[in-house]
Amino acid sequence: MSVWEYANPKKFMDTTGPLMPWVAGLAAVVTGVGLIWGYFFTPDDFRQGSTVKILFLHVPSAMMAINIWIMMLVASLVWLIRRHHVSALAARAAAPIGLAMTAVALFTGAVWGQPMWGTWWVWDPRLTSFLVLFLFYLGYIALWQAIDDPDTAADLTAVLCLVGSIFALLSRYAVFFWSQGLHQGPSLSLQAGERMDMTYKLPLYVSMAGFVLIFVALVLAGTRTEIRARRIKALEARERMG
Amino acid sequence: MLALFLRDLRLAVRAGGGFGLGLAFFLLLVVLVPLGVGPEGAVLAMIAPGILWVGALLACLLSLDRIFALDYEDGSLDLLATAPIPMEGVVTVKALAHWVTTGLPLTLIAPLLGVLLSLPAPAYGWLVLSLALGTPALSVIGTFGAALTVGLRRGGLLLSLLVLPLYVPTLVFGAELVRRGAEGLAVGTPLALLAGITLGAFALLPFASAAAIRINLR
Amino acid sequence: MELVVEDLACARGGVAVLEGVSFSLAGGRALVLRGPNGCGKTTLLRTLAGLQPPLAGRVSVAPEAIAYAAHADGLKPTLTVAENLAFWAQVYGGPGIGAALEAMNLGELSGRQAQNLSAGQKRRLGLARLVVAARPVWVLDEPTVSLDAASVALFVAVVRRHLAGGGAALMATHIDLGLKEAEVLELAPYRAQPRQNGAFDEAFA
Repeated sequence: MSVWEYANPKKFMDTTGPLMPWVAGLAAVVTGVGLIWGYFFTPDDFRQGSTVKILFLHVPSAMMAINIWIMMLVASLVWLIRRHHVSALAARAAAPIGLAMTAVALFTGAVWGQPMWGTWWVWDPRLTSFLVLFLFYLGYIALWQAIDDPDTAADLTAVLCLVGSIFALLSRYAVFFWSQGLHQGPSLSLQAGERMDMTYKLPLYVSMAGFVLIFVALVLAGTRTEIRARRIKALEARERMG
Repeated sequence: MLALFLRDLRLAVRAGGGFGLGLAFFLLLVVLVPLGVGPEGAVLAMIAPGILWVGALLACLLSLDRIFALDYEDGSLDLLATAPIPMEGVVTVKALAHWVTTGLPLTLIAPLLGVLLSLPAPAYGWLVLSLALGTPALSVIGTFGAALTVGLRRGGLLLSLLVLPLYVPTLVFGAELVRRGAEGLAVGTPLALLAGITLGAFALLPFASAAAIRINLR
Repeated sequence: MELVVEDLACARGGVAVLEGVSFSLAGGRALVLRGPNGCGKTTLLRTLAGLQPPLAGRVSVAPEAIAYAAHADGLKPTLTVAENLAFWAQVYGGPGIGAALEAMNLGELSGRQAQNLSAGQKRRLGLARLVVAARPVWVLDEPTVSLDAASVALFVAVVRRHLAGGGAALMATHIDLGLKEAEVLELAPYRAQPRQNGAFDEAFA
């Protein structure tokens, strides 16, 4: 009994089917607890007032935006090396979620930045690298959608994910270098974690766990949909062959 | 492989268009920017390095989809894949040929366009150097994008979407190099990083491009 | 040099089309593949040429020994006949182009640009590439499309010379070439059957 058995589409469907409602329910409960705790049962910050509470959305989504790309990288490698279809389809299912998380992180960042810095957008290295990450997600999703043959699409997007990861990392360093070159001096990056006390940390951790569970639930649902779509395609192909 | 390189150059020359179009686009872009921004010399001088680099990058992008498209349509790519040249060699040669027909002319004409944008005098040398170092990376990264989209009917727009994010580091370091050169600052770091990206891209990306071509030919 | 194919299965667009294909082809012999449209002739030939991996089975000859010619001739319209051919001669490091031009009766056309050739002349130029490639096994997909009777005879003569030199030729064609010594392989019996095995998920071949 090895973990790779779950890479068999049938086994995957059989196992995740009964799990789905539980994972989804748990995700809803944990996220709900984290966000309600964070929004209504924490004190206002002495400097930022209640604006600080957007961090309970901002930090988990930013964390997921990066981690989902890493998950896609791992899934792509598994597909290229071991040819498990579930892996490729999971990467495909994860990409739109990563795109949405990046969008949420950028949007909440802008909403937070307005009262904090007096502007919706600055070309701060962190913000810029998230914008670049957003573009990487867009390209990856567009390539999946452009190719008809599912195995070709899986192979090419996996190669793109590999190369993209290297360039995303390079871009991150480049952007930090570039922004320092532009404006030395006051750093706008948020070192929130360091000066945060437990009253904020605990609900933040719960929200982060909730976001992870939301991601797991959505990826499972998305992968199941992709597997069903493949089966429909195969049935149609057999029909055509007579 | 030399035969392939010479064939691609000969084809580019006979087809015409290839050279001229990218250069004309570059010129147009550089003419349009002052029309939009205003004729203020100081403002133009400040943004000139960035405009020239973005212009060169976009001009490079224009011709990317032709790298493999014609060879794919007329069956040459199938035959090259079965010929005794490794596919990695084919894509490297294609990238080099693309650079000679696109990046090199852009590099040579850039100082001329720098005059139009009141680029400060100390920057000219760095402009040519940065483009000479950076445009090969644009070609080899673009070849990878072209390899990914070779079989697609509407690959052109998708190609831009895939390739432009990959151009970010090259653009940042290239433009930064010129900007620092213009201001008389130390240029060592961006110079080394730009060269590093180009060399790294030439060393590694052909493997990814070749893999993409093989997958697309299946 | 003997081409032995054992129990080969190949797929088109992710769907298995042929399975259990087995045959052998010794040097000096020719084999003609027959079968209705869509039965997988092109897929089989592309698999042998190394352009796509087989689903299962074994091929005794490496793709490096195979010269492949498909429907498309890979000609560059702005290059002349001689330049087109010389390019492939350099790529394959084979003999000069003189004999190949001669064999396909292209000598008088050698200075003409490929875009000014007729369909049949282009085809002849595409087949001349096989001669400069100088590889022992020819794998040809519909080699005689758009050739007139005289050109087909030229082509058959070229194939005979290749066989006489110890080479082998595998061809998919619908017409009768007049190559009497060629054996014929019907592909229809090797058509892949949808599997009924419960553990197998046919969506993920």
